[in-house]
Amino acid sequence: MSALMDILASAGLWGAVLRIATPLIFGTLGALLCERSGVLNLGIEGIMTFGAMIGWLAVYNGADLWTGLLVAAVCGGLFGLLHAALTVTLGLSQHVSGLGVTLFASSFSYYVFRLLVPVAGTPPTVEAFEPIALPGLSDLPFVGPAFFTQTPPTYLAILIALVLGYVLFRTPLGLAIRMTGENPHAAEAQGINPMRVRYGAIIAGSALMGVAGAFLTLSAFNSFFPTMVQGRGWICIALVVFSSWRPSRALLGALLFAFFDGFQVRLQTVLDIVPYQVFLMMPYLLSIAALAVMARRARVPQALMQPYRRGER
Amino acid sequence: MSDDVLEIAGVSKRFGDILANDDISLSLARGEIVALLGENGAGKTTLMNVLFGHYVPDSGTVAVMGRPLPPGRPREAISAGIGMVHQHFSLAANLSVLENVMTGSERLFLPMSNTSAARKKLMALSERFGLKVDPEARLGDLSVGEQQRVEILKALYNDAKILVLDEPTAVLTNLEAEKLFSILKDMARLGLSLIFISHKLDEVMATADRIVVLRGGRSVAERRASATSKAELAELMVGRAVSRPMRDHVERGDVVLEAIAISVRIDGVDRLKSIDFTLHAGEVLGIIGVSGNGQTTLAHMISGIVQPKDGDLLLYGKSVGDMSVADVVAAGIGRIPEDRTHEGAIGEMAIWENAILERLGDYSKHGLVDRKSAIVFADRIIKEFDVRGGVPTTRFRLLSGGNMQKLILGRNLIEHPKILLAAQPARGLDEGAVAAVHERILEARRNGTAVLLISEDLDEIMALSDRIQAIVGGRLSPPVNADHADARMLGLMMAGEWAQAMPGREVGHAP
Repeated sequence: MSALMDILASAGLWGAVLRIATPLIFGTLGALLCERSGVLNLGIEGIMTFGAMIGWLAVYNGADLWTGLLVAAVCGGLFGLLHAALTVTLGLSQHVSGLGVTLFASSFSYYVFRLLVPVAGTPPTVEAFEPIALPGLSDLPFVGPAFFTQTPPTYLAILIALVLGYVLFRTPLGLAIRMTGENPHAAEAQGINPMRVRYGAIIAGSALMGVAGAFLTLSAFNSFFPTMVQGRGWICIALVVFSSWRPSRALLGALLFAFFDGFQVRLQTVLDIVPYQVFLMMPYLLSIAALAVMARRARVPQALMQPYRRGER
Repeated sequence: MSDDVLEIAGVSKRFGDILANDDISLSLARGEIVALLGENGAGKTTLMNVLFGHYVPDSGTVAVMGRPLPPGRPREAISAGIGMVHQHFSLAANLSVLENVMTGSERLFLPMSNTSAARKKLMALSERFGLKVDPEARLGDLSVGEQQRVEILKALYNDAKILVLDEPTAVLTNLEAEKLFSILKDMARLGLSLIFISHKLDEVMATADRIVVLRGGRSVAERRASATSKAELAELMVGRAVSRPMRDHVERGDVVLEAIAISVRIDGVDRLKSIDFTLHAGEVLGIIGVSGNGQTTLAHMISGIVQPKDGDLLLYGKSVGDMSVADVVAAGIGRIPEDRTHEGAIGEMAIWENAILERLGDYSKHGLVDRKSAIVFADRIIKEFDVRGGVPTTRFRLLSGGNMQKLILGRNLIEHPKILLAAQPARGLDEGAVAAVHERILEARRNGTAVLLISEDLDEIMALSDRIQAIVGGRLSPPVNADHADARMLGLMMAGEWAQAMPGREVGHAP
């Protein structure tokens, strides 16, 4: 029991929670933005993989870290454009298109990586983001090392969550996005072009997914390997539901999942009589439980997964 | 005329082989209410879509305040002051009333929505036109009538001077409809001009200043409301004299269905409170009432969808206890549900599939659906019940409302059920279809079927029923003989004033 308390009281755990949560925050916000406009984007897993690869590759070839993130965002946006062309213009099934984007982007990442990076025993590395101690705040006891000694993209993720919340709920653009996700016909009747809104939301959301992936190779780790996204994209899709399509709750959900994850890693070392695979399962099981509780009250965007065709009801 | 706010001149629109609008002209003065009357498919909605810029007409022009509108540009129509209230509202259930109203009214890339100004404007409009709303309420939590109010306010918010309402009462209860029309008249008095589309003669006569009748895509007549009659309008609309059939004398048979002190409770609310009725073979028992007073529960109880909490249901003299839907079908009870598109049939499935859904067992062989005989059965219904617009393999949702109802009617009546439950059977149908549905119900009655007719339409109840009971707050009044009933008496009964409606009888009073 005291071992558990020790884990909970260690600043290391709480620092790790924010670190684990960062890619989930980016990814969840990206998926949330797409879904608010009425389009499910299951391309997330693949887009994150590609973002991880291309961001790393840019830095490996001499770009600075921020340029790496930007390259990942642009490439994510391009995959978003592909998904938008398939689901918005052609009106294809959003599930099928999304899974197709994931399969394509994942294998394409591996292909590009193998093409441009020589096979080596240990994967090549780059100089990743260093934690920045926020002046003043990081000197606070416990809280400082736990929350205010993170790498810059983590602060960026939290900032974007706040900005996205503001845009969605306080600006005319946000209202147009939400209306498009609820009833594109009504949006059109009020002079909003639902096609354009959806394109914009999918491209911007996919760019965030690309950044989510790049965080893995440019901050959490410093090298790329093809399986590194490890289902984080699917977690993000679930977190969107958990959040009831609200950025603030998405932030909370990502932190909660990251807490489970950080906690179980530390638990493995304490309770070594239990096979560690059991602990690996834990965050997923708890996520399903949390999802089951939260999703019952969620208000799904009414036009989610419905292609919009002009003049049809 | 100088005070015409709207001038539609010579509009024609063709879809493939169908000439939906054939050289239609229409004018609208300031403060005037014009009704566009016509059967389903007469071209009313096409004309309004041309007006609103959803369709580009093949020829003809639309001018607002003397200035021509560019065709096919909804945004231009909105800014010229035309507001459309659609039959299926253009609203989002998950957004607030205010959000629904203000969507698209600001430039898209402002750093912040000016919600307080929008709320002020909305409340001012709401005050001025007597359309009460709570701007912060979630739209999906509002009743249909309130949602319509929001849709109207949305048009007014966009500074509409001309309001077009497409079948505004199709989704409303009688009470809500009356309220709506008094609001519309106030609006006209305040200087707005209104066009409303309808096929209901009563409301057209009561509300409009001028009535334009469309038939087969052409404008066939124009009358002042004060200088015409329901009979004339009905004939103009249908193109021939139509009259709804009246019941004739039929000797009634034994009691087939009897409810004794039945109560039904759903989610802790008593929806039916100790109701009694008896239903004889060869008679129509009419249940009249403003909708929302327990009709749906009554229909569901007899259909086996909900079970009584107390009381006894006797079928052919025997107590049946709790019946499942399958028991009800097996007992020979045919059902015409209140909501034909949701409960009555499955829109995406073919006509033949919908025809056999209730009796899948009869149309299966070795665990497989016997498609051939099912199609033959569907064909028989189509022929005998004059279902137009489809063959057995047509998807159900492609039929018009009247033909949907004929198919559902046919599916039930073709096997001569002993009991028919008909809930709002003519709701939303045009005059020709109403007459056809009524004729079928009376024919079933002549063949000895016992019909329980649930309706909120006085004319329908009076024309078809032998005896009438009113449903008020989940209670049933004692029955009255239809020969002794009149509109005033039924009105009192629907209001729960049973003692006043039936003097000299110990009838009690609805709560």
